[in-house]
Amino acid sequence: MKAQKIAELLNARIVNLNAQSEITTGYCGDFLSFVMGRAPSGCCWFTVMNNINVAGVAALADIGLVVLCEGTKCDEALRAKSLLTGINIIETDYDIFSAVLKVFK
Amino acid sequence: MEKGIHLEFEVSGGNFASAGTASDEIKKHLKQLGIRSEDVRRVAISMYEGEINMVIHAGGGRALADIYLDRIVIELIDTGKGIEDIELAMQPGYSTAPEDIRALGFGAGMGLPNMKKYTDEFHIESEVGKGTKVVLTVYFAENKKSG
Repeated sequence: MKAQKIAELLNARIVNLNAQSEITTGYCGDFLSFVMGRAPSGCCWFTVMNNINVAGVAALADIGLVVLCEGTKCDEALRAKSLLTGINIIETDYDIFSAVLKVFK
Repeated sequence: MEKGIHLEFEVSGGNFASAGTASDEIKKHLKQLGIRSEDVRRVAISMYEGEINMVIHAGGGRALADIYLDRIVIELIDTGKGIEDIELAMQPGYSTAPEDIRALGFGAGMGLPNMKKYTDEFHIESEVGKGTKVVLTVYFAENKKSG
């Protein structure tokens, strides 16, 4: 599924998005070491964590798309780093469970 | 003597904004060298965990990396407070990170276990009051020497 399609399904606000990124699976979690240890490469990561380290983890673990859920706003440092490093990040008002259902049901 | 690429980084303590800089640099180097992406990912994850540990627990430290044809060897050296019980620290979920660190998404007690999981060789030595040294080795699948 294209990242653009996920953004549409979630009525998402775009922080940074390469619309053509291909997403095949997902991962949910907020503890960054769990994400790094378990999130599959190229996945869509659903989280409420919004600090700058999200970009670091996403880049190092090859996360395909970060979805900030529950109306969480991307903080400015994270926004700047995502634009600099090309990490895909979108914001949605859906809670994590609902967001996953919207995308993968 | 076997020749490799040697890189050194300073990891500054308490600076979460720049944490991951060294891992990111190493990742770029390995990609440029054409190393398989899954191996690059293993290196990046384990080294980032090490960097974060130094930022959280040790007030920073040094990261040394030697890249050879068939492997990378990373040494993470700090002069922090050290680890009292390494066996306990290696248990998944065990953490001594304070609450403010957990609020950033760290301190899940998965740092050292992840470093062990994603490397082919993992070595840790620590002395309370003196510091900790971790050595990580990852072999590159397609370049690994046989025999």
